[in-house]
Formats: sequence, structure tokens, C-alpha cells
Amino acid sequence: MVRIAGESGEGVISTGELVAQAAARAGYELLTFKTYPAEIKGGHTLIQLRLSDRRLYTQGDQLDVLLAFNQEAYDKNVADLKPGGLLIYDSAEFTPPESGDRQQYAVPLTEIARSQLKFELGKNVVAVGVVAALFDLPKEQLVRLLQEKFGRKGEDVVAKNVAALEAGIRYVQDQMGGKPLFAVGAAEHRGEMVVVSGNQALAMGAIAAGCRNYFGYPITPATDIMEFLAAHLSKVGGSVVQAEDEIAAAGMVLGASYGGVRAMTATSGPGLSLMVEMLGLGAMAELPAVVVDVQRAGPSTGMPTKHEQGDLKLAVSGGHGEVPRIVLAPTSVEDCFWQAINAFNLAEQYQMPVILLSDTVLATRTEKIPRPDLSKVELKGRLLYQADGSGNGHEGGRFKRYSFTATGVSPMSVPGQAGGQYVATGLEHGELGRPRYDPDTHSRMTEKRFRKLAAAAADAPPADLYGDPSAEIGIVTWGSTMGAVVEAVDLAREKGIAVEALAPRMLWPIPDRQVGEFVRSKKVLIVPEVNYSGQFADLLAARYKRDVVKLSSYGGTPIKVARIVKAIEEVGQHVG
Amino acid sequence: MLDSTALIERTLEDYKSDEKPTWCPGCGDFGVLNAAYNAMREKGFDPKDVVVVSGIGCSSRIPFFVATYGFHGVHGRTMPIATGLRAARPELSVLVMGGDGDAFAIGGGHFLHAARRNLDVTYLIMDNSIYGLTKGQTSPTSRVGFTTKTTPHGSADRSVNPLLLALTAGATFVARGFSGQPKELADLIVQGIDHKGLSIIDVYSPCPTFNKVNTFKFYRELVEALPQDHDAADLGEAMLKARSEDPLYVGVFYREEAPSFEEGLEGQKAAGETDAHDLLEGLFDRFS
Repeated sequence: MVRIAGESGEGVISTGELVAQAAARAGYELLTFKTYPAEIKGGHTLIQLRLSDRRLYTQGDQLDVLLAFNQEAYDKNVADLKPGGLLIYDSAEFTPPESGDRQQYAVPLTEIARSQLKFELGKNVVAVGVVAALFDLPKEQLVRLLQEKFGRKGEDVVAKNVAALEAGIRYVQDQMGGKPLFAVGAAEHRGEMVVVSGNQALAMGAIAAGCRNYFGYPITPATDIMEFLAAHLSKVGGSVVQAEDEIAAAGMVLGASYGGVRAMTATSGPGLSLMVEMLGLGAMAELPAVVVDVQRAGPSTGMPTKHEQGDLKLAVSGGHGEVPRIVLAPTSVEDCFWQAINAFNLAEQYQMPVILLSDTVLATRTEKIPRPDLSKVELKGRLLYQADGSGNGHEGGRFKRYSFTATGVSPMSVPGQAGGQYVATGLEHGELGRPRYDPDTHSRMTEKRFRKLAAAAADAPPADLYGDPSAEIGIVTWGSTMGAVVEAVDLAREKGIAVEALAPRMLWPIPDRQVGEFVRSKKVLIVPEVNYSGQFADLLAARYKRDVVKLSSYGGTPIKVARIVKAIEEVGQHVG
Repeated sequence: MLDSTALIERTLEDYKSDEKPTWCPGCGDFGVLNAAYNAMREKGFDPKDVVVVSGIGCSSRIPFFVATYGFHGVHGRTMPIATGLRAARPELSVLVMGGDGDAFAIGGGHFLHAARRNLDVTYLIMDNSIYGLTKGQTSPTSRVGFTTKTTPHGSADRSVNPLLLALTAGATFVARGFSGQPKELADLIVQGIDHKGLSIIDVYSPCPTFNKVNTFKFYRELVEALPQDHDAADLGEAMLKARSEDPLYVGVFYREEAPSFEEGLEGQKAAGETDAHDLLEGLFDRFS
């Protein structure tokens, strides 16, 4: 595992991404983690690459190699270096103290770039060469990537970069013993793979799900979903509109959905706060809508580039009155693709808003994932008004848009369908959709809207389940935290402690068939999540009327595997 | 070629729903509703291809009284709903209707951006300079010093001039009508529908129950048609006429030919259509 850290704007991220691509092409399993300041220039930034011959679920806790471009990068990251780990630093910038706990090498990156290569901007590529040599990455792959990246700028630029790469490799060979210290070897072949971020996977899932209208307001860390769709949605006859604010974006989604088109918006916590009004309207008017919340650390503006799973309660219960909605959470980058599809299907089938809770870590990390098999994509549409009158309720020749049904789902017309005219409204209404405020109507319509939620719970996508089914210790978690949990379960097994972990993809309504049985089968339940109050733990405790062990992490970074293992060990002493 | 829908002779009854308006006797909104029925008949609209979008307020109940499709949204958000609908289904005709509070207070931000986008809808603002549904509070178009239950000492805020606001925001069709002149108003609505891009029609629609200042009588004395020789292509002249307080002009102040929101979206699509499956497989190739 290697971390490259330096000043924002120095090219730290692009250095890491070059290495990541080369590693993926060389057949390694790969998972990256990035963090950067909310400001454009200046401030501390890092990219971390974990390479392995085994499948990876998290970015990892401890570093084998730290490549520090400057003093601040060293100060902020050296604590994460493993005992005996390797520190590489740019000796043109600073000199760290000697330490018996680690090996350290001064590599004059800036110096090599400036005097040997006469190419000061090549510092990053020299660093790529150093990392490549340490991890035994094939040089041909890197040269090909440099050609792809700089080819358009001319042969001269490519040649300069290749020279920088070779200088880095040569430095390791000459100064550091010449052999790759961390050669991991190629992983077991898992079929065709792609390297993407969670935001890219999610955006591609939306396209696969038939999303053709996207409306959004730029916000970190969700913006690149919008940028990705802006580049591609028009190619399939869709469009992207930049709204004036998040209320407008969510309103536009409802307008498009009323028109019969699958529509989506993506935001982060501050935007979701504004969209709450439209969630209520969507629930009341029974309109399908997909709202993605790429969670970041809050409250208020919080820490725009930092990780937190703090929006669960807002997603589940935000809004005045009682607002039925479905909340989904993908557990990995690959899952972002598939849950985007489930979000659209559930929104259409149950005619209500679906909130897809991603998070900063999933959104920004790149991961090598199996190439999605499009033949497995199954689209489910809304129950439509039939022009021949079959299956629709009528009253006095008028279409009953909100007819009472066993599942609560009523046939829905779209403009252009003759005889299907109705008014979508946020007012309480009778079956015809006209305002009605009598006790019977409000009671029955509320029940109808919530019947849909019960049906949706039974239709939840399968949960992510991992570990020993006979274990007495259970972990229930959600979203990207499942990655750390999976690695913790493996480490606990090595220590002789059996654990089983569950991450439901549907968080609301709680899919009782998946969660209830699991909860009842375990003596102890640990609920790790990245927020202060234990939001999912509270929902579970309230629903299943039992104590759970909250394991909260709230520093703006992902939860560490070691913390989960420690919690398992503590709990294990009592269970055993 | 004739539009096929125009070949069917339609009657006003085709546009009326069987829900009776909830307005007070003498409300200006009746005149606006009738003008809207007449404009739709004049256009020969098929009710199944029309959506009336509104917000919240007395006037915003209007979709329930029309036999077309309707979207009675939330307060101030007419324009976002209409924008989404136009992006998804540009072949539909969309009429947006609501009050002055909806347009200029809670929906003020959206008004500005709908004008910038040149969204191809006709927006009828039923302007009574009062909040009626909440029983009489000052509105953005109420005059300075206006006394209501929330402003017992007189409103200190200057009033919004809807036409100046629309003109400076970039609206490409800006008009004013009066509920007391339903025939002229119907004609303005038809012109608004025919205009490509956003048509803003501010309509004096008196509230006889809560606004004792801006009454039918008040407007009858001040309202006057724009002069025959008014040049609607002249933005400066439109602004001067919009500022006049005596007389209060009605008619089309400004009209400009400009690309619409919908044309912009069509431009996006001109990138060339492909199959979603092929697009995704191509993307996967690029990421592998």
C-alpha cells in the first residue's frame, strides 16, 4: 500500500492515477482513496493506492510506503506508516528525522526533474517511476499510458515524460538495492474488469436504467455525476440541465417524471436539505423520482471533501408530515452501478422518491470491478393508464388516478394519453386527484401511500451478506462501511472469532425478511457506521427493540478495519 | 400544412372541468380563467396535450378547473416543474399560472432563471397585490405604505414591477393584461402561446375580499392600451412604458426572437444518437 502526499495542485492525484491504471492493467487488484482540500489551489492532498493479488474491500489502514512531497505531507501522514515501512521523500523540499521504525530514502525528485531532465514539471512522473519500480509494475504499461495521456501534445512531450519515468525507475535500481520490495504478483483472473470511480459507476447505472433527464446543481462530491452525464446522456437522446438551486433541480425531476420520463438529480447533504420539500411533493403526488445523495461531512457546509454517513436520518425521515420514500445504499463501487438501476425500478414501480445514499469514499475512489454484464439489467416500469380503459378506475367518466388498490399502487397516466387527464397535487386528494380534506379520505390515502412502502420492503434488492452464518456475533452496517467490515470479518476469523455481517441495500423501509431474521439469529450486534450518533443503530434498535453495540467513527475519514476488529474482540470475550 | 388538431372544432366546454372554482364572488381570477379557456379554444388545443402548471395560492387552484392535464405543485416552484416537463416532453403545450406571491416572493429566484433560459411556456401571473388564501397580507407587488394585518403601520418595502423584472431578466415576451378586459386578455394569451420562448403576462386580477385599494374600479380608471405605434422591439421604450403609473398600460410591451430552452436541449442531442447498450459497452472498453 502506498500513499503519495503533497500540495494540492502539484499533480499528486494524477501521479497516483497513472500508477493505478498501470497496476490494474498489469492484473493487480486495486483500490484507491483520495482526499483533497475544498479549495482549488493550496492545501494538503493525497492519493493512496492499495494493490494486491487478493480482492480488496477498503483502502487499508496502514501504509507500506509513504511518498511525501513536502514537510506538511510528512507531518500529516507519517503516523499511518507501518512499523518497518518505507518513507520516500523529496530531499529538495525537506529532510525528516532518522527513525529506527522505518527505512527512509531521500529521492531528489525536484532535483532530478530540474537538472537531469531539464523538465521541472516531470517531478510527478519521476515519482511514478519510483513507485513502479518498488511495486514491480511493468514499464511498458506505463509508457503506453504516457503515450495515451500526452500523445496529443507531441512526441517531444511523450519523450520527456518517458525519460522522467526511466529516471525514477533507475533511481530505485541504483540507490535502493534494485529489487522491487513490494511485488504482489497478478491476482486471480476475475473475468473482464474495468477501473472506475463510484460516481462513474453510478452515472453509468443511471444510463443503463433508462434515465434520460438529469437536473442538478453543482456540489462536491457529487458534481462529477452531472459532468459525466452531461458528456454522455445526449448521445442516447437525453439531456442535462443545470438548475438554479437544489429545490429547482428536484422540482425539475418531478416535472419530467410527471411527463413520463425517468429523471434523476444528484447532490450532497446541503442539497438534500433543500430538496426535502420536493420529496414531500413527490410522495404526495405519487411521482417516481431518483435523488442521489453523495454524503459528505456535515452539518451545514461541514467538510465538503470529507467522508461521513451522516444523512441517513434526513433521508429516512426528512420532511413535514409523513412522507413515504425508499432509501437505498450501495456497498461498493460495483454496487453503485446496480443500485442506481434498482433505484429507478423501485421509483417507477412504487411511484415515490427513491434516495440513493452514496458517500465521499465510494464516489471518489477508483476500484477495479467486474465489467457490468448488461444482459443482467432488468428494467421495471410504472403501472400505466390503459387507453382502452382496462384496469383503470373511473368515476363519472373521469379517470381515478389515485384509485385504492391492494398494493397501494394505482395506474398512472402521462400527458398525451386521452382520457387520462388528472391534476398531480401536493394537497390531500380523493381518488380523482381533487382536493379533499375529510377524515376518511386522509386516513385511507395515507394508508394507501404507506401500503406501497410495505410492498417495496418485500421487493428489496438482496442484502450484502458475508461471514459465518453460524456466528453468534453479528455486524449490521450500511454503505461503503461494509468494505471495512468484510476485511474485519476475515481478520477476526484468523483470530478464531466467528462473525457474520449484513449490509442491507435497502435501508428504508427496513426489509424485515433480510434484517429481522439476521438480528434474531445473533447474540450480539455491532453496528459500525461513520457518524457520531449511530443513526442506523438507532433505527435498528427501535425496530427490533434490542440493544446494539454502536461503533461510530466521525473524523471525516473512513472507519478503520482495526477498530472493527478490536470491537469484535471485545464483544467476543463476553459472547465466548 | 394545417395542424391536425385545428381541424376539430372545439367548444369552451371541452376545456372546463366539472370542479367548480373555489374563488370568492367578484374575484378577478374568473376573468383570467375564461380568457384561458378562450385562448385554448382559439388555438384548437387538444386537452390531452396541454398541461397547466401552478403553485400555491387562490389563483393556483386553476388546474382543477381545467379539463387538461395539470400539476398543482408547491409554493413558488411552478417554473422548476414546468422546466422539467418541457425538457422531458417538449411537444406538449404548457401554461403556467399562479399569483404574485408565487412568482415574485417565494418563487422569485426561479422566475429569474426561467427568463434566462427562455423556457417555451406561457406564464400568466394573476396579480392581485395581496395574499388572499392566507386572508390578506402584503405581497411583493403591494405598494409602499400598503396596510394589512402583517403591515399595520404600512408596508415599508418597495414594490416589484413585474414587467421591469421580466425585461431585465431577459424575458423575450413581456405583456400586461387586465381581468376586466377578458377578450383582450385572451388575445394576449394566444400571442404568448404563439411566441417561441418564455411569455410573461402579468394580469391585474383584483381581489375584492382583501384588497380594497387595487380594485376593478381602480384599474378601470388607470388601465389604457399601449399606443398603436408602440415599438415592441425597443427594450428601452418597453421599460419606460412599464414604469408608467398613470396610465397603467396593457398590451405587449416587448417581443424578441431568440433561441429557446428547448432548442438548446435539441442542440445537445444533435451530438448524434446511439443505443444505450452500445454507449455503455464503449465506456466500459475505455475504462478497461
